[in-house]
Formats: sequence, structure tokens, C-alpha cells
Amino acid sequence: MKILTKWLRAYLPELPVDDARLAEDLTLRGIAVEGIYDLGGGNDTLFEMDLTTNRVDAMNHYGVAREAAAIYGLPLAELSFSLPEAKTSPAPFSVRIEAEDGCGRFTARVLRDVTIGESRDLPGAEVVTYFGLLDQKKISNAVDATNFAWLAMGQPTHAFDLDKLEGGIIVRRARKGEKLRTLDGVERILDSDDLVVADHVKAVGLAGVMGGWDTMITPATRNVLVEAAWFDPAAVRRTARRHGLHTDASHRFERGADFNAPAVASALVSSVLLANGGWIEGELVDVRVAAQEARTASRPTVALALSEVQRILGKTEDKQGITAPIVESILTGLGCKLIGVFKGQAGTGERVAEHRSWPVALPSWRLDLEREIDLIEEVARVYGYNRFANTLPASGEGVQELPWAEAENALRRTLLAAGFHESIGSTFCSADDAGLTAPQPGLVVPLGNPLSEEAGVMRPSLVPGILTMVAGNLHRDVSDVRLFELGTVFSGTTERVEERPALGFGAAGIAPELGALHPERPIEFHDVKGMVEQLLGRFQTRSIYFDRFPAEAGLTPSWLHPYRAARVAAEGETVGWFGQLHPREAAARKLKQAVFIGEVYLDRLYKLPVRKPAAREISRFQPVRRDFSLVLDQGIPWERIDQAVAALAIPELVEWRAREVFRDAKLGDRDYSLLLGVTFQAPDRTLREDELQDFHARVIEAVANAGARLRS
Amino acid sequence: MTNEDIPDLTAYDEAALDKAFGTLTQWAREEAGALGGAEAVEAFRLRWIGRKQGRLNDVSAKWLKPAPASAKKGVGERFKVLKDLVEGLLEQGAGSGPSDAALAAEAIDVTLPGTTRLTGAEHPITRTMNEIVSVFAALGYSVGVGPEVETDFYNFECMNFPPGHPARDTQDTLVIANQERKPLRDRLLLRTHTSPVQMRTMERQPPPVRIVIPGKVHRNDAQDATHSPIFHQVEGLCVDTDITFSDLKGTLDHAMKALFGSSVKTRFFPSFFPFTEPSADVQISCIFCGGKGCRKCKQSGWIELLGCGMVDPSVFAFAAEKQPGYDSKKISGFAFGMGVERIAMMKYGISEIGSLFAGDMRFLGQFA
Repeated sequence: MKILTKWLRAYLPELPVDDARLAEDLTLRGIAVEGIYDLGGGNDTLFEMDLTTNRVDAMNHYGVAREAAAIYGLPLAELSFSLPEAKTSPAPFSVRIEAEDGCGRFTARVLRDVTIGESRDLPGAEVVTYFGLLDQKKISNAVDATNFAWLAMGQPTHAFDLDKLEGGIIVRRARKGEKLRTLDGVERILDSDDLVVADHVKAVGLAGVMGGWDTMITPATRNVLVEAAWFDPAAVRRTARRHGLHTDASHRFERGADFNAPAVASALVSSVLLANGGWIEGELVDVRVAAQEARTASRPTVALALSEVQRILGKTEDKQGITAPIVESILTGLGCKLIGVFKGQAGTGERVAEHRSWPVALPSWRLDLEREIDLIEEVARVYGYNRFANTLPASGEGVQELPWAEAENALRRTLLAAGFHESIGSTFCSADDAGLTAPQPGLVVPLGNPLSEEAGVMRPSLVPGILTMVAGNLHRDVSDVRLFELGTVFSGTTERVEERPALGFGAAGIAPELGALHPERPIEFHDVKGMVEQLLGRFQTRSIYFDRFPAEAGLTPSWLHPYRAARVAAEGETVGWFGQLHPREAAARKLKQAVFIGEVYLDRLYKLPVRKPAAREISRFQPVRRDFSLVLDQGIPWERIDQAVAALAIPELVEWRAREVFRDAKLGDRDYSLLLGVTFQAPDRTLREDELQDFHARVIEAVANAGARLRS
Repeated sequence: MTNEDIPDLTAYDEAALDKAFGTLTQWAREEAGALGGAEAVEAFRLRWIGRKQGRLNDVSAKWLKPAPASAKKGVGERFKVLKDLVEGLLEQGAGSGPSDAALAAEAIDVTLPGTTRLTGAEHPITRTMNEIVSVFAALGYSVGVGPEVETDFYNFECMNFPPGHPARDTQDTLVIANQERKPLRDRLLLRTHTSPVQMRTMERQPPPVRIVIPGKVHRNDAQDATHSPIFHQVEGLCVDTDITFSDLKGTLDHAMKALFGSSVKTRFFPSFFPFTEPSADVQISCIFCGGKGCRKCKQSGWIELLGCGMVDPSVFAFAAEKQPGYDSKKISGFAFGMGVERIAMMKYGISEIGSLFAGDMRFLGQFA
């Protein structure tokens, strides 16, 4: 919206500030001036303004002037236009409002013997000057008159060629199928819910939206009917929407116009038109619907208490805070009437009694004001937000953390330490990817208006997003990838959607160690497994295990390599899956590298308490380390040896692990070698040689029973 | 240095003793001066104080023991001095470590890059979100979270959005399929802000409330440099008796200083949100130019950062249906919200919002 400061100043003759200051003061009060343009020639300035949609009343020159008047406490020139005396008419022009829910007020004025031609400047209606500065195209005095009324006061008006009207005006609903050619030249078929302005024969305009073609002003027009009305916001919104129209008029009526403005606007339009000759026939015809007037112009007063203003707004930088005179001055300036406060008294030093509460009559143009809080906001706004003090409320109760915050932090730290970058992927995936990765394939939730087909459903798993991001890196020749995401996954139906936290991760390329002295090595399944073990190690569990199901069981998720994938179980419950991406899926995504990928179901993991560190006595006695070189059949996994050693339950056997696995040509391909490292230590004594020999023998016996033999 | 035996002692007078011990003292000093490397030190040790053939043993056996009673003291004192000397020299010799030559053979290239165990980087959104949350945690705010798929009721209706509000349109909001037949308030959609958590919290918990709500939200926006259909917000809600607009100002002014540095200034502009009244937009003085005006702040010296306001009484009215304590005549509160992406992009100089969600290792690695 463009505002001329010259035009503003015409309404505010006493405005004491320059245009730059005016712009800043308006902006700080929510009447935002986005751009200031010097038009040259004195102090003509153009403001480009951007107002929030609740302030339609201020989207015109008089509206902005009203704001400035309130800010500076200045008198505002009254909007009135003196018209020549009307000649009496044989009978008043007939206007009937049939659709009372759609139209609250309709004014009509008959102008005769007008000359349609070029506009000229009038005192109070400097059409030529202002339009020139605004770069507003002049068309004819009839069109310019309605445009001028719009720019001046934001009231839509319309001029009909009176001689094309058949009989008087009726505001009514359209008949279904009724036709109307609107001013844009489009022939429209009307609906029975459309609100129209009609004559006694036909519709002549879409009420509050656009006038009709057949009754428009032409250079040949001699007699004019000036319409200025108030239409109901909802009725106009429905009509405008149905016909795909958005006009200045519909914009204003949809958001609430000023019930009291039509008569003023009619006078303004008439005076511009009559500047080129002509006369007024009869008095203004002004039909009002009482119920609509009661909802708008004569709304009930709103009670405002000073204590409430202070309770909500608090302290100001000025020690006295918001006082009664401040409230009275601001609200009066905005056009409210504070009952019991006499004009001129507000804000002045001499006061008869301190007002503590007021019934406030609301201005007809501010339909956005309805409640006490709306008035409090106006006080704060015009007073100036930045004149309020910065205070801190007394502190409340103790801070509560989310129940899983500690667990999530522990997971994140572990993943970062393992060399994985945190990522955030799409919340959506394709139906195909959902089918591949959903833990419950039937329970995938589709979107009603997806961003694209690839984003058609809510992700049931973090795997599609991780895969997309891993592939994105590899396709950009970033060959070393380690990513994770902590996010929400979705399952259910369109009736009920369940959300669960999950962890997804993916890796490809080299193991995360970089240096010139050791050869790089590719990241492997067991690197990822090590990380998963560390993740689970953050929780207090009695049992964690990893297993693999026979491929034919069909239990392994289909995105995983059936022989290079493991299920993760904690306390007997599946908490996740990971492994190498199935070569079929890798090929489908044009990935040549081995990609390792996994997902952990955090809703299950978070059921476990986070492990709390506890210090134990560290033995002062020397540990004894022994290695056992074992030979095993390929079919015997480490797990068997592990369990066999564990089953010994020797308290002094404090640690054991697989130190090295190697294949040896001498052993052939049926067997492999395993170096088992064992540590013995007692908390209270140095172990004796005979004890050690006994432990040693028992370990050998146990692993032998598990199928291992000692390498000679 | 040859491995000579100690000289014979011919007499026990002072002069003879001085001469004999002088010879040994000289030997010890000479030998110690030539020591290089651990092996030589060990040989020196054996030669002088070795249990079997050490010279001090010899002195003790051949000079001290047979000494006449009158000379015992003289020999003993000199023996003690010699022993201390040898031990001192030995200590020095051992401390000097291996020879330079030996060390030179162990040279490495210190200019080669260090071997790095690569660590991961926290996502800039997580990092920014945590920073914001911890600023408010220090002010007594607990963390609240809620579902990403919400009902129209929690996302719009109870936040005082009127029925025809454009935000409710599928042009603006992503919705779950097949909702058309449901009553408007039950329709499922992807929350467009984290505000629903405000209402869910109030329904669960009577006043006072101080919560900060970080979370992922979605809008049906076309992707460009600064817009993404996926983004994150941190909202806050503070409800208690006597919470005022000046408290809102003070809280956000403090928070912005904590986040961006104590020299940052804030200013508040009237704005409009359905769920707050009065509502404000908050600007901070430009963190790049300090307010002088630069390209980042479009020469204005100010950067718009968040929206806020006093909780609208009609929002409290919805909360009061389940928790009568939310009587807007007795309590008051404020709410605020900020876009995490915008803050992260500003703090880290990120020019494309899309790079936050692409998982590019090169981009993410910068935040380690």
C-alpha cells in the first residue's frame, strides 16, 4: 500500500515531525513503513507500507493519519464534503435490502446531468495532484472518484449508469443460474448463495466484489447512481471465493468495513463527479439493517479496568507506569469513547476524579476490537512497546528434564565419538521405500497433499533417509560416509498415527582413522557392531546379544544382506537391526561400495535405565595374562567359546576376549585360528602358580568341549 | 680405560692414603667423564660397585679390613668419600641417558600429519536448539515436547485460529490422507508450529508453567534458499500470576544477550498472531555490524528474530476446559517462538537452508 505524506498532512495540519521520524514512529507502533521514497519537489514522500491483515481500517490515508494523531496526541481533520443543495425529487430512489444477513447498510445518491470526463482538483479532494504523485492512472472522473474515496478512506463505492437501471435497487441473493457479466468482462453464472446488487429486473453487481458490465459508466452517461454500502464479511468472502475474485472491495469487506463510512464516501464521490457539472436529485437514500448496525457501529461498550491494563502490561521505563490519563489519551486518540471522560480532559493535568475503569465505546471502523485485551493491546501499541521496562519474572518451580534426555545425550555422544556426523533427513519417503523398510509393512501413513511422489508417506523408518543421504554423498564422490539421525518414525493408519523415536545410521568408505603411517582400511561390519555395542553399553542391561537368522526364515529385514546382518537384542527384546545393505538395494541405488546401515528402536531401548557409573575397588595385585591359540571349525562361532568361558564362572577370570582371528593355509579352509586372551586377577592376593595352572586347565577343557583344540 | 686392579697399599700414613685414594678418585672421574649410553653406565657400575669384582669391594677387602686400628678411621673416611663420589657419578651417568648418536638413529618425521581418530559433528540445528534450550533452562524452563502429527484442534483451533484462516488451507499445511470426512477439529495434519505442545502441557499441568519446546515442524512450502518444508522451532511458554508484558520483554532481552552476546540490543514491534495479544516481533541489533548497517542486516542495523506476545485469553479458555486454574482473570502469561534454522544459518554463515537436510559429509564435518 502506498501512502503520500502530503495527503496525510492534509488531515494532520499540526503534525510536528518530519517524514523520516513519522515513518519510524508509525513502524514502532505496528503501522509498518517498509520503504520511504523521496518524490522530490519539497517534502513529498511516498511510504510503502505493510500492515497486518487485522488492520484493514488503516490501509488508507485517513486510517494512517488517525494512527499518527493517536501517537502524537494531535487533532485530526474531520472527513466531510459539502455538497450543493439537492433538488427535490418526485419520489426518493427505491432501495430495498432483502438479504439482511448479507447487507447492513446501503446508500444511494442520484446525480443528474453529469459530464463524464477528466477529473479536476477540489479542496479536500486533490485528485489530479495526488494521483500524479502516486502514479495512479486517471481514467475518468467517475472511476477516479471511487478510486479516490478508496485511497482516502478505504471505503469501496460504485457508480452506476442510472439510465441502465430498471427500477430501484434490491440487495438480494442471486437466483440459481442467474447470469451477470462483471466489469472484467466475464459472464458469470451465479449461485443462490451469491449476494448481488440488483435492479428490479436483473443483477447489476456482485455485492462488495465487482460491479456489472451492463450498467457501467460510459462517456455517454448523463445520470449516475452512487452506491456506498456495508456488506457482511462472510457473505462477501463466500461470493468472492466462489468466483475466484479478489478485489480491493472484497478485501476490505471480507475483513470488516466501517459501518459509518458509506455516507461520507458517497459525499466524497459525488463532489468529485459534480466538479464537472451536474446536480443532486433528492436526499441521500440510506437504508440500514438495525441488527447489523447493532453488531458493528453501535456495539455494546467494553469494560476496561486500569488494574487489568497494569496487570497485563507491567512496568514502564518511566516510573509512573501506565496511568489513567495515558489510557484515556491513547484510546480517545484512536476513536474510542471512554464514557465519563469529557473530550479535552483526557491526558490533561486537571482532573476531576481519577478514573479506575471505563465503559469504552468502540469505533465503528475497528471491528478487530472486541474485548478488554484488545484495548490493552492498543494502549501498549500506541504507548510504544520499547518504552516498557525489561523485567524478569520471579523464578518458578524446578526444571524438569525430558525422561529420555540423558539417554539421548549418551547415544549422541557415543555416535560422535565413533566418528559419525549427525544428520537430519526428510520426514517423508516414497511408498516403495516405506514398503521396504517399515517394521510393520501394513501400517504406513500416506499424506493427503504430499510435496512429491518421493515424499508420499510419513517415514516408517529412518533407513530410507539415511540411504538417501549416504547415496547422495557417494554420488558426489564423497566416498567416506558415517551418518546418523535421531528422529521420529511413524506408523499406523490415517485414523491414528503413532510416533516413535528411532536412531538410524549408515557408513561407507574407510574406518574413521586418518594418518600417513598406517594403511587405511575399509569400514566393516564389525566397526559398526563395535559402535552398536558401545551404544548399548550406555544402558544397564543383564543381557545384550546379536544374532542372525537363517536367510530362509525371512526374519531379516529385506534391506539387509541376509548373511551380513545382525539383530540386536536387549533383555530378550529386539531393539534394532544393522548390517551390510542388501546388494540388490545397493545396485538399485547405483552404489558400488559396501554400505553398512542400521536402525535402533529407541522406544524400546529407552525402557532400559541409563547405566550409572559406579567405582569399584581396583585390585592392587598383579594380573596374569594368558593367550590360548585355538583351532576351530568354520561352523563354530566365537559366541560358543565366549559362552564356554563365561560358564566357568571363575571369579578370578576377570576378562577374556578374541584377540585375533586368522585363516591359515596350513589349516585348510575348514578350520580357522583364534587367539583367546584371558586375564586372571584376584582382588585380595597374588595368584599362586598352582591356582593358575588349575584355571588354565579348566579353560582348555571348556573350550575343548565347545569344539576348539589347542594349536600345537 | 683398562680394567686395572686397585694399586697395592704400601703404607697407612696420611700421604700414602691420599695418594692411593687420589688415584682411584682420578680413575672414577675420568671413566665417568667418558660414559655414553646405558651399556657403558652399566659397565661402570659393575667395575666400581659390583658385588663380586667391584673396586669398592676390593678397597674394602684389601685396604680397609687389614688396616691397623690406628689407621681405620682415616681409611674409613676416605672410603666413604670415594663411595659417595662413585655413586654420585653413577647417578649422573645414568641420568644422562643414551648418547646423541643413539638418539639420532631414532629420528622420526614430526612434520607428517598426526594420526587422527575422526570424531563426528553434532548437527548445527541440534547444537543451536540445545543452546537456546539451555538459556531458558537457566531461567527455570523445563523442556516440553509433543507429536509431530497433530489434530487441527491442537494446531489451530485452540490456538485461536478462526475457521477460515489461510494457514488451515492445504496450500500451507501438510495433511494426512483421507481426513475430509472427519470433523474439522479431529483432522490430522503435520504441526505447523510447536504451539500445540503449549496447550497439551497446560491441559496436563495447572499453573505455574514454564516450558521451552524444541521441535520439528512442517509446512507446505516450496524449497528455496531460506524456506524448507521441514524446519525447527523453539517455543516457550510462561504462565503464572502476575506475568507481564515487561516480563516478556525482559526475558527475551536476557535470552538474546545470552545467545548472541551481552552487547546485543532488542526492540519490539507490534505484530499479530492469533494466539497472543498484545503480540510483538522482536529484532536484535545486527550481530555482524553491531547495528551500523551491513549487507547481512540489509543496512538496517537490525535483524528480525522472533515472534512473541501475551497469551490470548481465548487460548487460556481452551486450557481451562481441562485445568480450571487457567482463569485469565487470575493468571497471565507470555509465549514466544523462534525459527532454529534462521538462527543457525545466521550464526554459522549458512546460505542454503537445504544444506541442513542433505546429509553432506563435507558440510556436516565443519561443525565438529
